[in-house]
Amino acid sequence: MTTESLAAERAEHPVHHYFAGQQIRFTEEWRDILKSGHLLYNLVHRDITVRYKRSTLGTLWTLLNPLLLVVILVIVFSHVFRFAVEHYEIYLLSGLLPWTFFSQTTVTSMAATGWNGPLMKRVRVPKSIFTLSTTISGIVNLAISYLPLLALMIIRGVPFRPSLLFLPISIAILAVFTFGLSLALSTVSVYFVDVREMFNILLTALLYLTPVIYPLNIIPAKWQPLIHANPMYYMTEIVRIPIHAGILPSMQLVGVCVSLALASLLIGWMTFRRLSPGFYPHL
Amino acid sequence: MSSVTCKNISVSYPPRKAPTLKEWALRRRHASPAKPFQALTDVSLSVAEGEAFGIIGGNGAGKSTLLRVIAGIVPPTGGEVIARGTVAPIIELGTGFDSELSGRENILFNGSLLGRSRAFMRHCEDEIIDFAGLPDFIDAPLRTYSTGMVARLAFAIATTVEADIVLLDEVLAVGDAAFRVKCEERIRRFHQTGATILLVSHELKNVQELCERAAWIDHGRVVHYGNAKEVVELYERGLHAIPASAAANV
Repeated sequence: MTTESLAAERAEHPVHHYFAGQQIRFTEEWRDILKSGHLLYNLVHRDITVRYKRSTLGTLWTLLNPLLLVVILVIVFSHVFRFAVEHYEIYLLSGLLPWTFFSQTTVTSMAATGWNGPLMKRVRVPKSIFTLSTTISGIVNLAISYLPLLALMIIRGVPFRPSLLFLPISIAILAVFTFGLSLALSTVSVYFVDVREMFNILLTALLYLTPVIYPLNIIPAKWQPLIHANPMYYMTEIVRIPIHAGILPSMQLVGVCVSLALASLLIGWMTFRRLSPGFYPHL
Repeated sequence: MSSVTCKNISVSYPPRKAPTLKEWALRRRHASPAKPFQALTDVSLSVAEGEAFGIIGGNGAGKSTLLRVIAGIVPPTGGEVIARGTVAPIIELGTGFDSELSGRENILFNGSLLGRSRAFMRHCEDEIIDFAGLPDFIDAPLRTYSTGMVARLAFAIATTVEADIVLLDEVLAVGDAAFRVKCEERIRRFHQTGATILLVSHELKNVQELCERAAWIDHGRVVHYGNAKEVVELYERGLHAIPASAAANV
């Protein structure tokens, strides 16, 4: 820590101007978030460390959780039901991880915006920061969860292909998609807490409509359009293909996913822009 | 140059929040002509740089709402606010404290809520711990602290971040007598170092002693505005003649 940067921090004297009918601009919200970088860091840091603070194994649970879950699912689905998928455990885990990221981030964003209501009532913070920090924490957890997956690949003799290098791009697309939807949901949930319960049910339905546990080819042809109408099908696919199939996702799939991510971001931002100025009495 | 300028601020809240979808739907059907709640009406005031300014009034008069508008937490529905400099809103002590984190971690976290970097907070960490008088407990989780200890830590953090404008909402009411004396000293020191202070308090004595000017707010309107001693005296006289002032406000 240099004395210069301390002095620079002390020398900042911004002028704040608030007036009736003020609109939230994307650039200003973004600038506020960058200025609150330390808060964002602290929020993510807290999310990751506090979660397991009281447990004996601590952050190790981030690794154990997906592994144990997969053990259960593998027992159930490769011995009881038997799907004809090569390396079923890899297929399962590589689809389950992005799904878990999506469902945890959306649900936790709504909860985090709720918990931090008292905070937003007392300090001026960019209100989208809680959704953003939840998404970033989710990405960190997701990245850690890939370690047991890679270990499993070594154990099962699944080769590491160069397509694995595409994985960060897949995750980035999934993260933007998840952030946009989470922002919309957490904004609306400030007004209607019921949205959280409704979305939980929807998630369960969505999991059955997404080929995570089962392969797509067991779905009868007449039901296939239903799967193809589900955005999460494409999102899990783009993250799974580079690992399980060991090939790059098709340009068509990438195009669909990028469009979905941008649409989700746009919906999230429009909802936030319109509804967040009225948060105060609802917090 | 004035540090805080409020021009014709009004704040109205929508009628009453509908906590569930059911209530919302019901209200849609029986469209009840519920009126919005007017928290502030046409409030104008300006606070000079380095001035200590008191805000007094009964419960629910709109004092805290006014501080929140100045802090940029509540958007005004009418008028405008200009605040020059970094603002530290100390609306409620212990905001954003996490009971699982240690006192030391909470210092960093709380500082970032007030816009200060981790490095900055590390720099003044010792001063905070010393002022709060918690050297033995600072690495224990906050859930093991007593209420008084939490309040002391919160006040120490809030008053060490060196803001240009400090908004204090009823924060002198915490801690034991000895700590209150320390708090008052802190506020005086703020004042000496040139910070602008807006103080909401029910302790009229504090307002008279610490502030140069004050505003009396009632039902969201400024009733009197000027010299702190005079405004407090008028307010006290008003308290003893409730029927008359109530009639005046209808």
